[in-house]
Amino acid sequence: MKSLLKFITCGSVDDGKSTLIGHMLYDAKLLFADQEKALELDSKVGSRGGEIDYSLLLDGLMAEREQGITIDVAYRYFTTDSRSFIVADTPGHEEYTRNMAVGASFADLAVILVDATKGVITQTKRHARICALMGIKHIVLAVNKMDLIDFDQKRFEEIKEDFEQMTKSFNLESVQVIPVSATEGDNITKISKKTFWYDGQPLLPYLENIEVNNNVDRDEFVMPVQRVSRPNHTFRGFQGQIEAGNISVGEEVISLPSKEKAKVKSLLVTDKEANSAVAGQPVTIQLDREVDVSRGCVLTTSENIHMTDMFTAQILWMDDTKLVPGRNYFVKLGTKTLPGTVMSIKHKIDINTGGELSADQLFKNDLVECDISLSENVVFDTYEKNKVLGGLILIDRVSNMTSACGVINHPLRRSTNVVWQETDITKQIRAQQKGQSPLTLWFTGLSGSGKSTLANAVEKRLVSLGNHTMLLDGDNVRHGLNRNLGFKEADRVENIRRVAEVSKLMNDAGLITLASFISPYESDRNNAREIIGKEFIEIYVSTPLEECEKRDVKGLYKKARNGKIPNFTGISSPYEEPKNPDIEIDTSRYSLEDATEFVVKEIMKYLS
Amino acid sequence: MTQLTHLDQLEAEAIYIIREVAAECEHPVMLYSIGKDSSVMLHLAMKAFYPEKPPFPFMHIDTTWKFKEMIDFRDRKAKELGIDMIVHSNMAGVEQGINPFEHGPAYTDVMKTQALKQALDQYGFTAAFGGGRRDEEKSRAKERIFSFRNANHAWDPKNQKPEMWKLYNTRINQGESMRVFPLSNWTEKDIWQYIRKENIDIVPLYFAKERPIVERGGNIIMVDDDRMKLEPHEKVVLKKVRFRTLGCYPLTGGVESKADTLDAIIEETLGAVSSERTSRVIDHEATGSMERRKREGYF
Repeated sequence: MKSLLKFITCGSVDDGKSTLIGHMLYDAKLLFADQEKALELDSKVGSRGGEIDYSLLLDGLMAEREQGITIDVAYRYFTTDSRSFIVADTPGHEEYTRNMAVGASFADLAVILVDATKGVITQTKRHARICALMGIKHIVLAVNKMDLIDFDQKRFEEIKEDFEQMTKSFNLESVQVIPVSATEGDNITKISKKTFWYDGQPLLPYLENIEVNNNVDRDEFVMPVQRVSRPNHTFRGFQGQIEAGNISVGEEVISLPSKEKAKVKSLLVTDKEANSAVAGQPVTIQLDREVDVSRGCVLTTSENIHMTDMFTAQILWMDDTKLVPGRNYFVKLGTKTLPGTVMSIKHKIDINTGGELSADQLFKNDLVECDISLSENVVFDTYEKNKVLGGLILIDRVSNMTSACGVINHPLRRSTNVVWQETDITKQIRAQQKGQSPLTLWFTGLSGSGKSTLANAVEKRLVSLGNHTMLLDGDNVRHGLNRNLGFKEADRVENIRRVAEVSKLMNDAGLITLASFISPYESDRNNAREIIGKEFIEIYVSTPLEECEKRDVKGLYKKARNGKIPNFTGISSPYEEPKNPDIEIDTSRYSLEDATEFVVKEIMKYLS
Repeated sequence: MTQLTHLDQLEAEAIYIIREVAAECEHPVMLYSIGKDSSVMLHLAMKAFYPEKPPFPFMHIDTTWKFKEMIDFRDRKAKELGIDMIVHSNMAGVEQGINPFEHGPAYTDVMKTQALKQALDQYGFTAAFGGGRRDEEKSRAKERIFSFRNANHAWDPKNQKPEMWKLYNTRINQGESMRVFPLSNWTEKDIWQYIRKENIDIVPLYFAKERPIVERGGNIIMVDDDRMKLEPHEKVVLKKVRFRTLGCYPLTGGVESKADTLDAIIEETLGAVSSERTSRVIDHEATGSMERRKREGYF
């Protein structure tokens, strides 16, 4: 059986990536006749004046052909006499870096191209760093367009030195630098006489012969559970793919995070009964006793796999929307998806030098090291040890965009050092003593919408009905607890997070909390809901902007209109309306008494 | 991992994808076109959940112009495996008499693209498996395994979500859906080798046999029923032919061949000088036609 090599081509735009692969397939006679004919036909109308334009083989999207650029990864499959290959041809534009990263996440080797007339540039370095981040251990630097510099050995050596200067800190297993001409075909499949001074192999033979061992560091059995299969009451099987090690019937495994132990009763490799199974195989495992296992759990024989709710990771930000620390995302890790937050950005990585830059926000294509905190303990490994349990993505909770990808560097020992102290008097007892169920009534709406007035009236009503309450007001909180926060986006996010944590504490004390905050971003309200839990009731005070501006109790709208207050919600900063508020009230249409009556009546539904 | 063969790795990847959809997507369906790729996909779905039956239905979009043998095969398979097989045709199109002979591209749009959208909306499916492979066509080569569709079922090739490792993002908003391609990384050769290895049942049309055909526009078209009207100069002849892909009989070109066993087919495929899509009349349009159709909601 031939071995399989998955590789990518990357590098800056116009360095000739698509042309290189196209030429390689053409020269190695790996095209079907109709593909070859289509290529020759397409080339006639192209920019090479009738000469074959090899890049047309790969640039498959209409926009790509029109603009002569590569936008997204193209996968090609070919087999030579000695090896099977999957190549991902990735785009060079900085704009499409995330698509390049998609290719890199699947590859064992990267062919990075550089234009010999330009040398190693920022985009070359960016791609090299992303390859390293994704754990690629083998890099080929193809110094292309050698024909344009008359196959000058001195220039080639300079570029080679530049590149190796950077990669020596990367922990790579091999770096090969090859002088090529993708359009003319030098050193692609055959050695070129024009580079008589080059004593290595041409590109294709090099790729056919290089050894890439995907050694997983862990030899203990690890299987993240994809799904629990229960076709009938006698069968309960855990399905997943073995990511490391092997397993046999009768062996004892640990289920994480519950740490329960059980023996393997039966084993199916796809649909066949088996006595043992190895890494890479899809299996269904039955255990000899009932243990707590569901999707996202991990079955393992390892005693020392990490479990924590906080770790340090290196991430590549891929979303057009910027990242603001403190905001809540979905984190997918192995087969587990759960809420998580980027707590703090430790530093941004300087693409050119690899140095550390300080940053408090992240923009598209930024590479950073940051701390991520999750809503519960998860099982994971460092990426070095296990790609599957060490890689993660962040998903935007509103747009569902895959906003970032990253690799885990090391766990933060928060959860082991700061354990949750169980207390004898519980939240339930405290609430019972007060004869009520705790709630957080979250009033959101524009400035001047009547939130605070309404919250105040509702609180008076609740107290007169014998409830125990606490009111947190946006302006008041900023005089104390949140005095150190301003109005930048990052500060607003932190403002809401703190208020949500305080509301939760008040709920734990058995109180009904009324929180009155503009809280303009859906993601922040979601975050608050996440922290507070089922006690969170969203009350949208939907008084229209015109009415709020007309009232202008504090004279703030006027100032904002005159440009004296930057980032003023509704004027120079957006207000994202709640999509499904629990209660909605427009104060311009009711008297305060009626509005209060209405809201209290709605609240009663949650109190009983 | 090195112990697994290339085919084992492809199988494991496909099963992982199929299980992810079953675990994460709300209302999945597996599209079943009766062709060899669909047969492989169905086989993988049966293996992925064994001893449980696949926890989702299958669906065939019937243009009403498929080969008769395909329909027989579909019904026999569904019964044999005990799976839920939904069959959907665009009845409005049938009533208007839309057919592949007279209506060209409009036929594909009405009886395939529109029919598919109708069915997905009618049943409220949020994820649909398809047997597409990246080696088939250039725009497919660019598509993600989990491919996002907006509320109008349209694909936006310039704005695909990143897909990292096997951390598939299956989250969608109301009305949106996914197309999922578990066979993305398979080649035609892999499909045939896997069919042989697993002894997968396929429609007999793939094997060479004497069949009634006419030659039309450089294609060998099988006369499958009397709805096919002959031109004055055309003559039905019996020839030993087989089909590399299966679809609507008037749009599917056969190849003259003696390959009547799997081994012979694989031998022919390995030595083939043209890619399989040359036998699909539908793909002979201008470069970029597949992408255009996919943007409009074609699978």
